[in-house]
Amino acid sequence: MTRVVRAAPPVARTVTRRRVRHPLRQVLTYLVLFTIFLFAAFPLIWTFVISVTDSNAVTTGRTVYDFPASLFPQRVTLANFVNVVQTYPAVGRAFLNSLLISGLSVVLTVIVSALAAYPLARHDFRGKAVVFAVILGTMVLPTETSFLVNMLTLAKLKAWPVIGPLIGIGSYLGVVLPTVSTAFGIFLMRQAFLAIPQSLLEAARIDGAGEALIFRRVMLPLAIPSIAALSIFTLVNTWNSYFWPSIALTGAQNKLPLAVEMLKLKGAFNDNIFNTAAGAVIMMVPILALFLFAQRFFMRGLEGATK
Amino acid sequence: MLKTLRGALSSYLFLLPALLLLVVFTLYPVLYGAYLGFTEYTAANFATRSPPTWVGLDNFRTLAGDELFRISVLNSLKYLLVVPALQIASLAVAVLVNRQLPGIAFFRAAYYVPVITSISLAAVMWDWIYNKDGVLNWLLKGLRLMNPDSNLSWLLDPNTAFWAIMLVTFWRGFGYYMVLYMAGLQNIPEELEEAARLDGASPWQTFWRITVPLMQPTILLCTLLSVLSAIRVLEEVLVFTNGTGGPLNSTYTALLYVYKKSFGGLDFNYGLASAAGLVVAAIALVLSVINFRLFREGSVRA
Repeated sequence: MTRVVRAAPPVARTVTRRRVRHPLRQVLTYLVLFTIFLFAAFPLIWTFVISVTDSNAVTTGRTVYDFPASLFPQRVTLANFVNVVQTYPAVGRAFLNSLLISGLSVVLTVIVSALAAYPLARHDFRGKAVVFAVILGTMVLPTETSFLVNMLTLAKLKAWPVIGPLIGIGSYLGVVLPTVSTAFGIFLMRQAFLAIPQSLLEAARIDGAGEALIFRRVMLPLAIPSIAALSIFTLVNTWNSYFWPSIALTGAQNKLPLAVEMLKLKGAFNDNIFNTAAGAVIMMVPILALFLFAQRFFMRGLEGATK
Repeated sequence: MLKTLRGALSSYLFLLPALLLLVVFTLYPVLYGAYLGFTEYTAANFATRSPPTWVGLDNFRTLAGDELFRISVLNSLKYLLVVPALQIASLAVAVLVNRQLPGIAFFRAAYYVPVITSISLAAVMWDWIYNKDGVLNWLLKGLRLMNPDSNLSWLLDPNTAFWAIMLVTFWRGFGYYMVLYMAGLQNIPEELEEAARLDGASPWQTFWRITVPLMQPTILLCTLLSVLSAIRVLEEVLVFTNGTGGPLNSTYTALLYVYKKSFGGLDFNYGLASAAGLVVAAIALVLSVINFRLFREGSVRA
């Protein structure tokens, strides 16, 4: 209280000073914000512009490097997209592969994480503290050679009878399985389950519901916001991942996702930058749309990782 | 007793898929990878199912004598230079966007977009920017920072390729740390900054005396994450140089070495690759310890 009284005069001063300086500061702030915006967004805006530029109507021959004139295409067209899909059917296939790999990842990650998180949040059992510590501990493991050993493991799995081709190297599940169980996912789901009132669980138990039923009918529906956050987070990560799929799908060209095919397209389209840009936009648009639509969930998933 | 046993059993049943996958694909690779570092093991061994042969420190001796490995480790250490730039910039931007302004949500989202851009997309887009006729040269010439007659291909010049790739890491990273810093800033009680202001502190003083000390846990976390990913940098250098390690090996990093010795080259020498991986892991460990030390001292001073 005393502090406020003592500080009264400076407040008045600041307020008046602020009012005078306000417009200029505002303009300056927006100038800074806009400059950073250009740095962050320019590559994407640029790619988008190239992808819709009519290559026959570019200023100096078939080049986009005539900057900044090329930033304002003389004629806008969707022909580049048609061109990509028609001349390189691999793009369509890769797009479906990306969908399939990301979809599998999301579904399995959510199921595995939620299943593991439930007892960690709501059960009391022997060894719980140890199990939880081990799971969290996996976050700080030195994983430098994991890709190497996982690749060897997948190669061994491929030799297994019947299920080998399904989960071994070069299979969709083979890419997905090593990434499904993570401390991040389990931790995020555990936080969600911890927030559910105990009375709901007790009511269900009194009604005679078993653990599986409680999990499915009480816990999961109430954890939907966190499930959404984890799903979007996983989807963005798998849609964008490049290194692991390119190794784990060795020898299975037709199963490679867009993120891997993209770079081959860049090589194949070397003579035609417009097609490369169109390919890039095809890859970018779904994830960008999802991000803009579900931003809040996404940020929440990210913040959940740091708590 | 029987009841608790059954209870524990059902708990472990729920945990089974997660634990199984963690053991097979996370714990086992780390342990087996560490073991392989002390063995001789190649693709030929793997194909004929002959087990790894224990060779002690032989792989590490080979590494010590390998000029390329020395270059790659030095490059990885040089890559740490991105950390201070990235952290200072993202903290500053977080403070900048952590206020009520019309349209601020738009900027926050836009700054995050590079984070959700895959490395392959980044490679496609930045390739045009770094081209000798590209936008970067145009910009620098426009600002009179570059000779109008020079034609620099940023990714093909051994003096610039490394820095050009690092700028992409910066571009893809600052939105990520910005969000983490924003989360940290939101945890600072508003009354504290308010009180400082009422006591006549300038914004600059408030930032250094209130915000930074209270943000210390977040700063530690972000710096640590950033240090670890810098020392482990692989995808950027792999993608931007088509896996060659750049002009005159100028972008060859330690994990690229691990990759080239295992699957990315002609060696298929899993033992040597694992040993190199262990060296990187050891460096990462030392850096984490240094990080914690530095920040603990910082807190004593503050």
